Amino acid sequence: MAHDPVCGMEVKVPSEYYIDLDGKRYEFCSENCQNKFALDPNIYIEKMNKVEPTYRTTSDGIEKLTLPINGLHCTSCVNTIEREVKKLPGVRVARVNYATEMAHVEYMNGETSTEAIIGAIKKAGYQTGQSTLKIGIRGMYCGSCVSKIEKELKQKSGVISASVDLGTESAIIKYVPGLIQLDDLKDVIEKLGYETYPIQGFKQEKKTIEKETKGKVEESADENQLAREKEYKTLMRKFIFAAILSLPVILFSYPDLWGLPEQFQKGTELLTYIWLGMAFLSLPVMFWSGSQFYSGAWAAFKNRSANMHTLIATGISAAWLYSAVAVLFPEIFPSEQLADVFFDVVFVVVALVVLGMALEIRAKGKSSEAIKKLIGLQAKTARVQRNGKETDIPIEEVVLDDIIIVRPGEKIPVDGEIVDGSSTVDESMITGESIPVEKHIGDEVIGASINKTGSFKFKATKVGKDTALAQIIQMVEQAQSSKAPIQRIVDNVSGYFVPAVIILAILSFVTWYVFGPVPQIIYALIVFVTVLVIACPCALGLATPISLMVGVGKGAENGILIRSGEALETAQKLDSIVLDKTGTITQGKPSLTNVITSNGFKEDEVLALSASVERSSEHPLAEAIVRGAEDKNLTLNDPKEFNAVPGHGVEANVDGRKVLLGNLKMMNKFSIQLNGLEEQSRRLADEGKTPMFVSIDNKAAGIIAVADIIKPDSKEAIAQLKKLGLEVVMITGDNSRTANAIGKQVGIDRVLAEVLPEDKAFNVQKLQNEGKKVAMVGDGINDAPALAQADIGLAIGTGTDVAIEASDITLIKGSLKGVVLAIQLSKATMKNIKENLFGAFFYNGLGIPIAAGLLYPFFGLLLSPLIAGAAMAFSSVTVVTNANRLRRFKPKLK
Amino acid sequence: MVLDQILVIIGGLALSTWVAWYFWFSEKEAVKIQAAAGGIQEAVIKVKGGYTPDVLIFEAGKPIKLNFVREETAACTEEVIFSDLNKRATLTPFKTIPVELTIDKPGEYGFQCGMGMVKGKLIVQ
Repeated sequence: MAHDPVCGMEVKVPSEYYIDLDGKRYEFCSENCQNKFALDPNIYIEKMNKVEPTYRTTSDGIEKLTLPINGLHCTSCVNTIEREVKKLPGVRVARVNYATEMAHVEYMNGETSTEAIIGAIKKAGYQTGQSTLKIGIRGMYCGSCVSKIEKELKQKSGVISASVDLGTESAIIKYVPGLIQLDDLKDVIEKLGYETYPIQGFKQEKKTIEKETKGKVEESADENQLAREKEYKTLMRKFIFAAILSLPVILFSYPDLWGLPEQFQKGTELLTYIWLGMAFLSLPVMFWSGSQFYSGAWAAFKNRSANMHTLIATGISAAWLYSAVAVLFPEIFPSEQLADVFFDVVFVVVALVVLGMALEIRAKGKSSEAIKKLIGLQAKTARVQRNGKETDIPIEEVVLDDIIIVRPGEKIPVDGEIVDGSSTVDESMITGESIPVEKHIGDEVIGASINKTGSFKFKATKVGKDTALAQIIQMVEQAQSSKAPIQRIVDNVSGYFVPAVIILAILSFVTWYVFGPVPQIIYALIVFVTVLVIACPCALGLATPISLMVGVGKGAENGILIRSGEALETAQKLDSIVLDKTGTITQGKPSLTNVITSNGFKEDEVLALSASVERSSEHPLAEAIVRGAEDKNLTLNDPKEFNAVPGHGVEANVDGRKVLLGNLKMMNKFSIQLNGLEEQSRRLADEGKTPMFVSIDNKAAGIIAVADIIKPDSKEAIAQLKKLGLEVVMITGDNSRTANAIGKQVGIDRVLAEVLPEDKAFNVQKLQNEGKKVAMVGDGINDAPALAQADIGLAIGTGTDVAIEASDITLIKGSLKGVVLAIQLSKATMKNIKENLFGAFFYNGLGIPIAAGLLYPFFGLLLSPLIAGAAMAFSSVTVVTNANRLRRFKPKLK
Repeated sequence: MVLDQILVIIGGLALSTWVAWYFWFSEKEAVKIQAAAGGIQEAVIKVKGGYTPDVLIFEAGKPIKLNFVREETAACTEEVIFSDLNKRATLTPFKTIPVELTIDKPGEYGFQCGMGMVKGKLIVQ
C-alpha cells in the first residue's frame, strides 16, 4: 500500500495512476489527483517530507519542540523567526526549515514555555498551526479548582494557554493540534476529578440518546429546556394540588347553589367550622401552589417594580385576610351578612393562574423552535485527514485548511472548498432551495448541508463561529432580540401598567365603599380583588416579541434572514420595489442563447469555429461562447493569426479557415454579404441579447447570440410582487434597448437604464422623494449604497458580503421569489402582532373597567373574581398560542 | 358622609399616592462599575423579581461583561433582552450567564425580560 501524495488516500500498488519523477514512483488514487500532482509536484513532495509536530523532554532537562509554521514565503523569513525565538531565555537551538515549514526549538525546561515560543514566532509576523477550544467543566466550586486545572493544563505539551472560568463552568484552551488532542485535554481535567463536556453538541447528543432508548425521539434537550420542563412539571403539580382542594371549597362556599342540607347553610356552626378548616387549608395553596406570587412580588417590590405576581399576591392576600377575619372574629362586623368569606377566590385564582403559567411555558417553548432547529443542523463530528490518517474528531476541533472527507448521505461539517471528487449536495436546510446542487472541484460547500451521491474531500475554509450556519444563527438571534417599532406603544404602557392597576383597584375600592350599595365593604373588596386579578401585564408584554420571534424564525427556515424587527415591520409598508437587473433578475453571467446559420453552414460548425477563435479572448461574451461549445462537447482548436479589431470584433484562422466574428461594422469592413441576417440580428437585440455575426472564409455563416439569461422564476415573482400592490422598478447600467427588452420579458414597465453604479442610491432616493417607501433588491458591491439608502435593502445571499452587510433582509436563495416570501411573511407577522396587541389591549382595556364595576350601575352586572382569575390565566396563553399560529405560515409561492 | 367613609377616602388617596411615588417617582440607585485590569467592566446582576442592581453606569468604549445570576424559576425572567443592542440571552436558573457588550456611544440602554415587565438600564458615559 502507498499513500496518494495529493489527497493522502491509501492506494493499492501498483496503481493505475502513477508518475515517475527523479527516480521515484508516486501512486495516485484517481486521475484527478494525478493531474494535480503533475501541475506542481514540489508542493506535494515537500508535504510528504514534512516532519510531524513533536515534543519531548530529554533526561538533561532540555525540551525539544517541533512546531508547524504558516505563511513562510522566503528564506529571510526563516532568519527572522530564528532570531526572535533565540532571544528567549533558555533557548539553545532554534531552527526553521523553509521546505517543511517547521520550527525546531530546544530549550531548558522551566526557563521558557511553548506559549512564549509561539509568542516569539507571532512577534516575527508568523502563525503557528494552533487551535482554540472551549470545554465545559462540571464540579468546580472555588478559585482553587480553577487554578489547579489551569496549572495542570498549561504543563501539558502543546498547550499554549488555558483559562478556566468558574462562572461559565468552562475552560478556553489554546493548543497545537498536532501536539495534543482533545481527548488528552479532557483526560487532564477528568484525572483531577472533574467532569468535562464539550460546550456544543456533546450534551445534546447524550440527552437525545437517552430519550431514544426510552422508545421515542424527541427534540434535543438543552439545559434551558430541561429547566423549562422542570418548571412546567412543578407548576402542574401545584395546579393539581390547588385544583383538588378548591373543589370542596367551591362546594361549601355556595351552599345555596348546590342545594346543601340546612346544617351547611350560612350562619350554622358547622359551616363556620368548615370555613375555619378552609382558612387553614388555603395556607398551603397560597404558600406552596402560589409561592412564586409572594416571592416574585416581594423581590419586585424590593426593586421598586411591580409585576403580575404583585397583582395576584395582593389580590389573594386581601381575599384571604378578609375571609379569615370574618371567620375568626365575626363579631367585629356590624352585620352577619358582612362576615362573608372568599376562600374560593384564593383557591381558584391560584389554581387557574398557575395553570395559565404552566401552559404558557409549554407554548413559549414551541415559539423558539426555529433557532433550536438551526442549532440542531450542525454536524457533531468531522472525518479529517491528518498526517495521512483519517480520524473522526469533534467539530470543535476542526481547524482551517483541514482536509475533510464526506461520504454519501453524510452531513458536511463546516464550510469549505472541494479539492477532490464531486457530488450533489442538498443545501435546502440553509438556502431553502429544494433541488440538490451539483458540486465539483473548486466549488464551495456549506456546513450543515447533506452530501447526496458521491464522496469528496474538501478543505475547511470557515470553521466555528465563521461558518455560514453559525452566522445565520447569530443573525436570527439578533433579529429576534430586536424591537419592532410597534413595540414602542407597549413599552410606554408597560412601565406604568401594574402600579396603575393597583391605584385603579384602590380607587375602585374607595368608590364602592363610599358610593356602593349595601353591603359596601363586600362589594368594595370584590371589586378590588377582581381588578387586581383580571389585569394581565404578561399578555401585553408578550404580544410583540413572541410573534417577532416566530416570524423571524419562520423566515430563517425559508432561507430569509430578517435582520431586525424594524425591517420586518417596514417590509409590509412598501410601495415600490427596485430590482437590480444583473444577478437579481438575470443570472448575472452571460450564456450562449442562439446560433443562427446561413449559406448552408451547420450550427455545430459555426459554433465550434467561433468558440475556437474566442478561446484566445478573455471577454465575458467570449467565455459564454466557449462554454456553450464545450457544453455541446464540440472539439475546439487553437486559432492562428488572431487579431482583435477594436470596436469591431475579432478575426483568426482556425484549421486553415478564415473566421470573422463581430458586429455589423466588422462585416461591412470585410465586405461580407449578410443576406437578411441583419433583420435576425435586430430581432435578437430587441430580445435583450447581444448578437455577433460570423463569417467563414469571407461568407456570412450566421449569428451567434449571447445574453445574460433571466432567472427561471423572475417573471413569476415579479407578477406576484405586482399582485401584492407594489410598483416594480428595474435599475441597470445597461443600454435602454437591452434594459427595456428584459423589462418587457419579465413584465416590468418602469425601467431605469444606463444608471451608473454610483447613481443607484440617488435613483432610490428620487423614488423616496415621491413619498414612497422603497425597497431595493441587489447583489453586487455597487448595490451596497442603494441597499443602504432604501427603506428596506434586500440582498441576494449568493452575492457579496458587502451587499449582505448593507441589507436589512438577506435572501440566501438567489431567487426573487424570496422577496415575495419576505413581504408575505412580514405582512403575516405584523398581522399577528396586531392581533396580539389588539387582544391584549382590548382585554385589559375592557376587562379592567368591567372588573371595577362599570356595568353595575347600568345592568347590575359585577364580574366574579373567579372569572377574572380565569381570564388572566388564559390571556397570555392566548397571545402565545396565536403567535404560534404563525409557525404554520406557508408561502403562497415557492 | 360618615367617618369611616372619610377615613377610607383619605386612606385610599394616601395609598395611591404612595404607590405612584414608590414605583414611578422614587429615585433608583445607580451603581458605577469600575474597569478591572484588562479594561473589562464586569458586574454581577442578580435576577429575582427584578434586576439587582438595575441601573448600572459604565464607561463608553470599554468592554462590558454582565454576569446574570437568575435566582428564580419563574418564566418571566427567563430571557434578558437588550433590544437597542440586538442582544438576547437565555438565563438558566441558578447559573451565571455572561452577556458581553461593547458600547461606544454614550447614552442610556435599557434591558428587560422577554415580556418587558422587569426592566433595567445601562448608563454609558
